[in-house]
Amino acid sequence: MIASLPRPFWLRASTVVYGLLFFAFLFLPLVVVAVFAFNDAAYPAPPWRGFTLDWFLGGADTARRGLFADSAMLGSLWTSVVVACWVTVLSVLVGTANAFLIERTQFRGKQALSLLMLAPLVIPGVILGISILAFASRIANLADDLWALELDFLRPGLPLVILGQFSYIVSIATLTITARLKRFDVTLEEAAYNLGASRAAVFTTITLPYLQPALIGAAAISFLMSFENFNTTLMLVGSDAPLTVMMYGRMREGATPVLNAVSLFLMVASALLALTLLRGKPSAQGQAAV
Amino acid sequence: MPTESTRSAMPYARLMLMLLLAPALLWLLGLIVLPHVELGILSLRARVAPRVYEASLAQYRTFIEEPLYWHTFVRTALMSILATAITLVMAFPIAWTIAKLARGRNKSMLFVLCLIPFWVSETVRTLGWMILLRESGVLPQLLVWLGLSPAPIEMLYHDATILVGLVYTSMLFMVIPLISALESLDDSLIEAAYDLGGNGWSILRQIVIPHAAPGIVAGCIVVFMLTLGNYLTPTLLGGKNSQWFTEQIYTQFITRFNWEQGAAFGFLLLGLSTAIVWAGLRLSGQKFGEVMQRS
Repeated sequence: MIASLPRPFWLRASTVVYGLLFFAFLFLPLVVVAVFAFNDAAYPAPPWRGFTLDWFLGGADTARRGLFADSAMLGSLWTSVVVACWVTVLSVLVGTANAFLIERTQFRGKQALSLLMLAPLVIPGVILGISILAFASRIANLADDLWALELDFLRPGLPLVILGQFSYIVSIATLTITARLKRFDVTLEEAAYNLGASRAAVFTTITLPYLQPALIGAAAISFLMSFENFNTTLMLVGSDAPLTVMMYGRMREGATPVLNAVSLFLMVASALLALTLLRGKPSAQGQAAV
Repeated sequence: MPTESTRSAMPYARLMLMLLLAPALLWLLGLIVLPHVELGILSLRARVAPRVYEASLAQYRTFIEEPLYWHTFVRTALMSILATAITLVMAFPIAWTIAKLARGRNKSMLFVLCLIPFWVSETVRTLGWMILLRESGVLPQLLVWLGLSPAPIEMLYHDATILVGLVYTSMLFMVIPLISALESLDDSLIEAAYDLGGNGWSILRQIVIPHAAPGIVAGCIVVFMLTLGNYLTPTLLGGKNSQWFTEQIYTQFITRFNWEQGAAFGFLLLGLSTAIVWAGLRLSGQKFGEVMQRS
């Protein structure tokens, strides 16, 4: 029932109770992960044995190797950052080109092409991964057979991971940027042309500043989606594992609280990213985030 | 006869079109269309001798003849439908509260609270559930401490655990389209129905649900797809008992290096996913593009 209608007490009470339960459900796993990063025990499990920073600061040669001494974990974190940067740059560039293609040009088959651009969003990530893996190996084998050429970047590894993540993240970037470009008032550009501005000047002083919020939003989402991607990455990964794949491996072996420590680090980092974005763009952020 | 200005504009427009079309075509052909063609070819052939292949339906026949494979397939589909339904039922009251009851600061705060967990990676969230539910974990110990169970029970590795994890991961993708659908519903319609003697149940059934149907369908489609294609949550929370279809694909492709079989499984999953999306759109009379914009 809406606020302007009388609501019986039991309904109001159960709304509040359900809300509390729901948010407990949402936040319990995160709270538990954060809390057990500081537990003074060898495994992230109760009981609470006191507060420690060992899982962050523990030295490499001690029994409790902390996050900052765990070179494999830090290496995979760095790998994730590098991959995410590549995916972000590629997605925003191609996404912008796609937005102009959809909004500013006319050609036969445009409708079909813009629908095809959404298709990667409904293909399960695992299938994107295996199809790109199979196709890349076919090309690599062909190059090997025909010209005895070793194309290493087409074998499982970071270049393929970047391409795999890019293949669907660019769809999201395209949607975000197109939505903004659609609302652009073209007369602004025409006015600038009439006043004698060159194409380059119009683009950099009128169109690009207008698109900037969408570009930043698309970049943030691309970075985050790439950083968190697991399904596609798992199929294409070579010897350097990004963070999600590395964490998955360790979780299967039975985790030490170092995993909690790195998780807490991720939570703080994404919270900071979210706060900066929410501050920059108060209302529309929620819609753009998905 | 074209004037001077249009004559110089025409090649420019063509060049622009080509430049803009090139990255889009490279992306769609090189990373989407051709890889799927390759996957289709792989799935339709069988190895008869080392490096010798012939066209055959053997991979699909294996799928039908081996009960483990199609059981896993059906199980994955049913569990995904169940997870989608649970997500819808759990998300609806919250979406209603945010869209219709909360006002001003409260409203945006509740909305941001819904978003926050999803800024964190799925791996981290699954780690949280493992710490909560494993035998030595928080909830089993709590039950012992409260005297509700004599010894800690293993809460991981059950179907219910997988469902909890899947519902949790998908929640946001249901809440957001529901909120936007419910916000567009005019309050005065509900007031009018109430004045005309409608009760909560009949208003929900005759006014709210028909109005929110596009949002409900959009949310369900996205959640179903994500659930069906999920790999991390079922394998970690379900362990060896998870029997999720994506796991079969991984096993065939990466562990056994049987790409032909893996490709056939991939196509079956893609077919199921596409069929459900299509059916959902048909049922609600919506267009694919609109739904994607909405979510």
